[in-house]
Amino acid sequence: MAYTEEELKKELETKEYEYGFYTDIESDTFPKGLNEDIVRAISKKKNEPEWMTEWRLEAFRIWEKMEEPEWANVNYEKPDFQSISYYSAPKKADPNKSLDDVDPELLEMYRKLGISVDEQKKLQNVAVDIVVDSVSVATTFKKTLAEKGIIFMPISEAIQEHPELVKKYMGTVVPKTDNFYAALNSAVFTDGSFCYIPKGVKCPMELSTYFRINEGGTGQFERTLVIADESSYVSYLEGCTAPSRDENQLHAAVVELIALDDAEIKYSTVQNWYPGNAEGKGGVYNFVTKRGICENNSKISWTQVETGSAVTWKYPSCILKGNNSVGEFYSIAVTNNFQQADTGTKMVHLGKNTKSTIISKGISAGKSQNSYRGLVHIGSRAENARNFSQCDSLLMGNECGAHTFPYIEAKNKTAQIEHEATTSKIGEDQIFYCNQRGIDTEKAIALIVNGFSKEVLNKLPMEFAVEAQKLLEISLEGSVG
Amino acid sequence: MLKINDLHASVEDKEILKGINLEVNAGEVHAIMGPNGSGKSTLASVIAGKEEFEVTKGNVVLDGEDLEDDAPEDRAHKGVFLSFQYPVEIPGVSVTNFMKTAINESRKAKGLEDMPANQMLKLIREKAEMLEIDRKFLSRSLNEGFSGGEKKRNEIFQMAMLEPKLAILDETDSGLDIDALRIVANGVNKLKSKDNAVIVITHYQRLLEYIVPDFVHVLHNGKIVKSGGKELALELEAKGYDWIKQEATV
Repeated sequence: MAYTEEELKKELETKEYEYGFYTDIESDTFPKGLNEDIVRAISKKKNEPEWMTEWRLEAFRIWEKMEEPEWANVNYEKPDFQSISYYSAPKKADPNKSLDDVDPELLEMYRKLGISVDEQKKLQNVAVDIVVDSVSVATTFKKTLAEKGIIFMPISEAIQEHPELVKKYMGTVVPKTDNFYAALNSAVFTDGSFCYIPKGVKCPMELSTYFRINEGGTGQFERTLVIADESSYVSYLEGCTAPSRDENQLHAAVVELIALDDAEIKYSTVQNWYPGNAEGKGGVYNFVTKRGICENNSKISWTQVETGSAVTWKYPSCILKGNNSVGEFYSIAVTNNFQQADTGTKMVHLGKNTKSTIISKGISAGKSQNSYRGLVHIGSRAENARNFSQCDSLLMGNECGAHTFPYIEAKNKTAQIEHEATTSKIGEDQIFYCNQRGIDTEKAIALIVNGFSKEVLNKLPMEFAVEAQKLLEISLEGSVG
Repeated sequence: MLKINDLHASVEDKEILKGINLEVNAGEVHAIMGPNGSGKSTLASVIAGKEEFEVTKGNVVLDGEDLEDDAPEDRAHKGVFLSFQYPVEIPGVSVTNFMKTAINESRKAKGLEDMPANQMLKLIREKAEMLEIDRKFLSRSLNEGFSGGEKKRNEIFQMAMLEPKLAILDETDSGLDIDALRIVANGVNKLKSKDNAVIVITHYQRLLEYIVPDFVHVLHNGKIVKSGGKELALELEAKGYDWIKQEATV
């Protein structure tokens, strides 16, 4: 375990969002507002080829005609898309330089985030790509990965270095026309990670991207593309934080996963964007489109621990196109104070003998609202498709809400679909029982919540499970009693 | 060890305990009997510090210290243990993990380091054996899907692990078949010493055949109306509670 009891205790005493610092780094920020010129300017700034600029412009034109969706069970003031700056970069970042040249203030920020980019003190077996505001700042372990033919780099570099791969796959899982935020992202995405695992290669380490919004008045629109070629395997993790700010910040990302025949992708997220303060002021709007496509005999597994953001709108999904492909979704979503989350998944069964599993754990405290929204779709040609869904909600106190919206569309009679749902409340009796055994209330809640979330926590890579467990405790502090 | 002075307690303005006096010394076993609704479980909860109950008068003193300001966990750290009549379920938390947390929290309160894992495992093995508890049982979620008997046995297992100074067994016999009753009672007897004390709350004489009390108290309408030796339990078994009620109202 990376954390001692003492550290944990100290951590628990600080009630504030611990990643709420702002680092004063000189940055290069575009004027606010969005139009074709801004889209062109982003593309130019990135020194992109013509096809990419055109791709963005097409997305922008689609976005212009779209309306922001209203169907989610969340209430918030719609962002003014003309008052956001669509590009902000720490000025001194230059991805081509070595780590020694990185701005010391940036390094200090990574230290606060608990990430060591220093190769000497590297995270055990984790290659990290860090995206601050709009650009990717450092990618570690490039060389080790390159020996195996694995490409792991900022997407902006991939556009330059591997245009054939980007061109072939980008937008194939989440098309520009998919939804309002995906279209917006397609037009203005500034960075993100790109990953390609060649045929038959098992990626020897966890690949990780750390996202951070630093600059005020900016949005973050990153784009991640993971391609696992035939019979390959990769485990990918992303973490997210932002400084505490009074205003709402927008985060609209797109993640596309492509698992070719016999490949497996495990994608884990620990999302801890600033949730706003206890009165519901500020916080990140997290409107994310994540989707993966599975070819024959392949598998995509999404695991997410969502503790942050003021508003979350996110449905990591699997299109089970290939026969015998498998989709999994394991989720813990915690909402406290005035947070709102509408999250879940879509499992689209198209191939024969496809299987999907959905385990969703929602924990609501304070005055928050937590919704699970999921679709299980069985196509007409999907013989013998199977789905198992389990949605459990845990309530703390009397002012929060938990909602479940499961949708099922079965067009093939051989489908087997199971859905289980439970709602429970952390009872005073449970707390008293723990108290009586010498466990104080804060620790008792942590214990109960961890027990409730165990099935999902177990799916996370070990070192991140510890971090996630700690996050759960911090997010729920002071929520009972 | 434990001294209860003129204890009055109410819940939602309804007075349930109406002046309890009780003294329990180290090495003693006290039985508290009485009809349903007489306040037996309330007394146990008040000693353990359940916040739902308001102490309106009197106090509970442990080793000369008034427990009034102590939270339930502080009382637990001081050696008060309550075997619950209805143990709660905590899904996903194994018996082992729960015990590990409880023991380390108590150690922390005393300024001690966490118990080393091998020592913890040894202790768990030893106590589980004493109570004839299957190893598989220990990795199950706390009380989830346990039978009535398993729940009670698990309570006594926790008591064995925590080695309290004062153990209160609230209707531990209910839901136990005769074999389980014997195992549980044997466990309690083995844990008894000259340094600790046990309060057994029960309806029936049955359990007291195995855990022999030094004193028997009859609780009725929030007061101890009769105290005596172990023979009092037999008398109650034979005659029921009606004569006590009548005696008390005279």
